[in-house]
Amino acid sequence: MTGANRGSTEKIMRRFFFGVATASIALLTMIMVFLFTEGMPIFEQVSVGDFIFGKYWYPTSDPPDFGIFALIVASLAVTGVSAAMAIPLGVMTAIYLAELASRRVAGILKPAVELLAALPSVVIGFFGMVLVAPFLQRVFDMPTGLNLFNASLMLAFMSIPTICSISEDAIYSVPNALREGSLALGATQWETIIRVVLPASISGIATAVILGMSRAIGETMVVLMVAGGAAMVPGSLFDPVRPMPASIAAEMAEAPFRGDHYYALFATGIVLFLFTLFFNIVADFIAHRYRQVGEASL
Amino acid sequence: MDITEDQIRQGEAEAEEQSRHKATFRAEERSRIQEAAIRARGRRKMNQRLVFFLFRAAAAITVTALFIIIFFMVKNGISAISWEFLTQVPRDSMTKGGILPCIVGTALLGLGAIAVAMPIGVASAIYLNEYARAGKVLRLIRLGINNLAGVPSVVFGLFGLAFFVTYLKMGVSILAGALTLGAMSLPVIIGATEEALKSVPNTYREASLGLGATKWQTTWRVVLPAALPGILTGAILGLSRAAGETAPIMFTAAVFYTPDLPSSIFDEIMALPYHIYVLATAGTDIELTRPLQYGTALVLIGMVLGMNMVAIIWRHRLRRRLS
Repeated sequence: MTGANRGSTEKIMRRFFFGVATASIALLTMIMVFLFTEGMPIFEQVSVGDFIFGKYWYPTSDPPDFGIFALIVASLAVTGVSAAMAIPLGVMTAIYLAELASRRVAGILKPAVELLAALPSVVIGFFGMVLVAPFLQRVFDMPTGLNLFNASLMLAFMSIPTICSISEDAIYSVPNALREGSLALGATQWETIIRVVLPASISGIATAVILGMSRAIGETMVVLMVAGGAAMVPGSLFDPVRPMPASIAAEMAEAPFRGDHYYALFATGIVLFLFTLFFNIVADFIAHRYRQVGEASL
Repeated sequence: MDITEDQIRQGEAEAEEQSRHKATFRAEERSRIQEAAIRARGRRKMNQRLVFFLFRAAAAITVTALFIIIFFMVKNGISAISWEFLTQVPRDSMTKGGILPCIVGTALLGLGAIAVAMPIGVASAIYLNEYARAGKVLRLIRLGINNLAGVPSVVFGLFGLAFFVTYLKMGVSILAGALTLGAMSLPVIIGATEEALKSVPNTYREASLGLGATKWQTTWRVVLPAALPGILTGAILGLSRAAGETAPIMFTAAVFYTPDLPSSIFDEIMALPYHIYVLATAGTDIELTRPLQYGTALVLIGMVLGMNMVAIIWRHRLRRRLS
């Protein structure tokens, strides 16, 4: 092969790989384009304000009501409640794995956390529906076990692995010299963790928490099967709710093709997409802006 | 006034007495401080023990959740599993018979998704790890990948419906479902491949370049073969994730019921996750088919966790070999 030939092959390969690498951006752009083309027509019927803040979701009545406020509130509620359970559990498990557990114990627990992440969402939804719901109903004497609380609990166990494994990476990458310095000054191991290790890894932990919440708000099968399905603004922790993904998944099959209901479901998809996009951009921003670089940034 | 020797002696004695007094006082104070310090240290240790107990409890809860879910699925599902269950088609409005079409469907969708995502994902990772230089473009590509990873599965389903099923006129089909799942697994494959490429020591690259090979020759003949096991591990993880997903195939590939095994990639198909959902929420007799639901869930868990276990063990061996 001549030198010139080699050079041109190199150039072609570099361009080829660059082209392929942009596929992800292209795909993301296409997702947005198609969501918007299929979702925007609903705003000829309803204004954006009425769609987002409208309290009534009766897409099949005559005349239909397309207000997704209750769905948005439901999505935020299940995400918030599940975060309240998943953040402490996930971060504490991460601290245990990174700082306390012996090598052997961590070697067993870490794969277990990974397997928890690998459980299909439909299985967790099924578990919540046939085992947890009757249990809650019996023990707490509720009218239905399919409610906000049950859905949040199931979602928590779906976001714990995300929160745990990203936090653990962040904690693990804190330089050992920081720990040794703190211990040498007479701090106990716990004081070292809370005053030195956690502040040093807080940006990674924050990223983990946001990604975990992003996973919870977009999760479909669990809220479809376990949340109860009532399109109302919940008044208590034990009310049935209908988060956005559940509404889309449950109704798309019945919605007449390119009818108003169909457009409204795509528009709900836009709102859901924007929520997760926001979460992910914030996570990305935190991860880059407050990156822990060795010991110098403390 | 004259001072007698007596007075001097007395004064000295007094001074001595005082300093002795001071010394004992200091010693007492010191030991008191030490005791307090020890007590405080004890309290701090107690705090530590309490908090560490909470950490252990949190880890225990997380792991117990996994085992509780698996335990109940196995306990309730094992009796439904039989050779007939795995090899026959559903009968009597899906209240009897097996789940063969679902197993075949899930396998086809998963493999199709990987066949789509692997070439694109591996090539993307090669660009990111071998060719790209730090800068705005790289940052943008990474932002795209991270955001793609965060797109909710049901939104992928909507996209698949609008683009593959409607716009490209594929209809509800294996092809549309596999493409949708492939789009969703892309970030998983890219991430795993990048990790595998990063674990190849730089000395490999330097040696190859030093012998006069070009960047592409180095990547193709040296880096990729060394990273191959890691890349395959990622493929297995991507496959297992695609196989377990429900929302992306609801509008693009899966149907309630089709008695025949597919004969072309444009056929509709049954799939394990969707079958569980349908039987549990909209089946002919939800209570009667409960054992079938558990059985189907157990088969799905077995497939997914089995693949994950293989990947985890494989990766563990790899890491030991490299370190």
